[in-house]
Amino acid sequence: MTLDLACAWGPVTEVGGAPAWLMARGDPGWPAGLEHLVDVPARLWLAGRHPPRAPAVAVVGARRATLGGLEVAHRIGSELASAGIQVISGMARGIDAAAHRGAVDGGGTTVAVLGTGIDVCHPAGNLPLRDRILAHGCLVAEDPPGTDAAAFRFPRRNRLIAALSVAVVVVEAAERSGALITARLAADLGREVLAVPGSLLNDRSVGTNRLLRDGAGVWLGLEDLIGAVPRLADRAPRQRMAEATGAPLDPPLARLLELIGTDPVHPDQLAAELAKPAQAVAAQLSALELLGEVRTLPGGLVVRASKAAAPGARDR
Amino acid sequence: MIARTVSCAVRGLGGVVVSVEADLANGLPAFTIVGLTDRAIQEARERVKAAVRNAGFDFPQRRLTVNLAPAEVPKEGTGFDLAIALAVIVCTGRALDLGETAALGELALDATVRPVTGVLPMARGLRAAGVRRLLVPVENGPEAALVEGLEVVPVPTLQACLRHLDGVELLPGPRSAFAATENGAVTDVADVRGQETAKRALEIAAAGGHNVLMLGPPGAGKTMLARALASLLPDLTTEESLEVAALYSLRGALRERAPTSLRPPFRAPHHSVSRAGLIGGGTGLAHPGEISLAHRGVLLLDEACEFPRSLLEALRQPLEERTVTVTRARGSVTFPAAFTLVAAANPCPCGHLGDGTRPCTCDPRCLAAYQGRLSGPMRDRLDLCVSVPRQPFGVLFAEDGVAGPTSAAVRHRIDAARRRQRERAAEMSTEVTAPSRFSVAADSHLNAALDGSALAIACRPLPAAVRLLAAAGERLGLSARAFHRVLRVSRTIADLAGEERVGEVAVAEALRYRAEASG
Repeated sequence: MTLDLACAWGPVTEVGGAPAWLMARGDPGWPAGLEHLVDVPARLWLAGRHPPRAPAVAVVGARRATLGGLEVAHRIGSELASAGIQVISGMARGIDAAAHRGAVDGGGTTVAVLGTGIDVCHPAGNLPLRDRILAHGCLVAEDPPGTDAAAFRFPRRNRLIAALSVAVVVVEAAERSGALITARLAADLGREVLAVPGSLLNDRSVGTNRLLRDGAGVWLGLEDLIGAVPRLADRAPRQRMAEATGAPLDPPLARLLELIGTDPVHPDQLAAELAKPAQAVAAQLSALELLGEVRTLPGGLVVRASKAAAPGARDR
Repeated sequence: MIARTVSCAVRGLGGVVVSVEADLANGLPAFTIVGLTDRAIQEARERVKAAVRNAGFDFPQRRLTVNLAPAEVPKEGTGFDLAIALAVIVCTGRALDLGETAALGELALDATVRPVTGVLPMARGLRAAGVRRLLVPVENGPEAALVEGLEVVPVPTLQACLRHLDGVELLPGPRSAFAATENGAVTDVADVRGQETAKRALEIAAAGGHNVLMLGPPGAGKTMLARALASLLPDLTTEESLEVAALYSLRGALRERAPTSLRPPFRAPHHSVSRAGLIGGGTGLAHPGEISLAHRGVLLLDEACEFPRSLLEALRQPLEERTVTVTRARGSVTFPAAFTLVAAANPCPCGHLGDGTRPCTCDPRCLAAYQGRLSGPMRDRLDLCVSVPRQPFGVLFAEDGVAGPTSAAVRHRIDAARRRQRERAAEMSTEVTAPSRFSVAADSHLNAALDGSALAIACRPLPAAVRLLAAAGERLGLSARAFHRVLRVSRTIADLAGEERVGEVAVAEALRYRAEASG
């Protein structure tokens, strides 16, 4: 029966140049977590590399994320990766994509659970990202190859994300967000749910903040995950990210850098704070930028640079 | 019997002297006007007929032919009415002293003389052709009087005109004062609260002739800043001012800007403007567009991303050549258009990116697409990019706020920087024949015009600056074009600081005005 269906849609042997295969329930390597579902899928299409037997944590969130949210998702992805934990997400735009990128940039593996057929890239703009995931992890799909994106398939896909992971971290979610569906499904399956707290002014933190009020764990760092999921306790970070310890900065530069946090700030505010002319601050900002200490965002605001590369530019 | 009077047609920004010839012949009563005329001139027959009769003359009941020579130059408008009427009157045997005299003006049926557009450029053209006395409508008197060496006679009616020509009752000279007001209040940079980075960028733009891209949410003060840029530009010379006034006269827009003003004009067309309105054109003969009205001043394109892309692309040629050539079916004309462009845009479709008070609700992906509406070649001509954040109320209404320097004070620095550029250009022109981005000589000394080898020679960056540029090219991934923009701007920053060669600090500051985000 299973085989018939596969044949009806035509065998898929590769996706984006990477090997693809079909796995049926009961096959060796069938993820045990899926058995917790009420409606266990009969088969899964996979592509890329065989996933290692490592615990997996889902990182999900809004598609229309803020720049700060993307930064956070990227950081969580690479933190998990450096701890040897697989990062699961849905390869959507925004938080999902940033989490996948973070995992790959952190040298880990990542699993993208698709709501489409295994050979369909949705959204199409994520094609470069999909190629990176194929090289460093795998794609998983429940629907037969060729299945196009449709709104009703994504909540179905979310139950797989919840079932495949030991915990779900929600980074940014508006009041009604698919990420909240994933969180609810995960809680129903007994998975840990963690949420990143956000500002009351940010409409894309409403969902995550509510999760926190309703009893989700707070994600402030990897230690929160390990605290919530004791069996991850042996997953100490393989290596801390190397702190940039170059030559100490000039005192004026260091003073300016102190004023720049992870919230974007306009150079005018910095100039006002330091009571210096705008042009002097501009020159110093360039110096800090060339030292890799700050980044300029589209629109001219500056922000403290995380040591990872900027979002959006990574796949190119 | 043949009579001859003189009038003028407009061609581009110049006047073509038109000889109005009237011939009365025997035959059935008829009145024909020839000479490549438009509909308004054909209708002049009815106006002239009625006006001549109502002025107390008999309109000849014979075959009357009027020719507007040179007959190959297309002519349009109602400005020939007065000259035609005078020719008809002379034709009927009335002697008039019309030596070295030209006439412009539309006639009403009761023989009143009505104002026409383009009197200033026509008066200049007539003066250049040797005309000494000009009969104009009263309303056009002041602008015609701007032309030196021309006796301007403002005529209220056809009868008064004849009495003046006979020497019976002389008409008073033109009003010298202009009722025209400046277009909008002048904004001084000191009036702009906060926005220190933007104000500094404007100073650089005014000094080096650079075009500016301003990114900021609606209501942040982009328009005010663009007005302030106009207040930073150096005064026009009298000749330049007259040229600008001539363009306004052609558009009949002298009411919007005092033609005697030496301050550079400021224009801010809405994004629904038509191509003819922005670039120039229109039915019949081409009229100057907004870009020519902004000649030697500032053209603000607010919501630049909302302008049709084809319109923005059409700006490329004028931005480079400092003139615009409009080709119509009846010939092509060239208008000057040496403006400083200020393109203002929201940073994102919702406008709140980097706002601070409200989060941006846009998909980060559509940022690139939105900003991409300004095409690469267009951005290549915007040397300075500056973000204009919304100001908190505290800054806007601070009583103790330190008012910055006034435009007049900043202009001293700008004048000095421009002087340095002029001297350097003079030196360089003896060394090399440098290619210039601008083809108009008047602006080719400005740093914004530097390109290629001329840019390298003009900048001569110090070793520390070279190291910084190399590091920037590597770390920030600057394209060659972005690199050139940074160099041009750093040259202007060094000129403002009075430095012979471009130093490290100038380059570091210039890097902040690039359009690209890092990463």
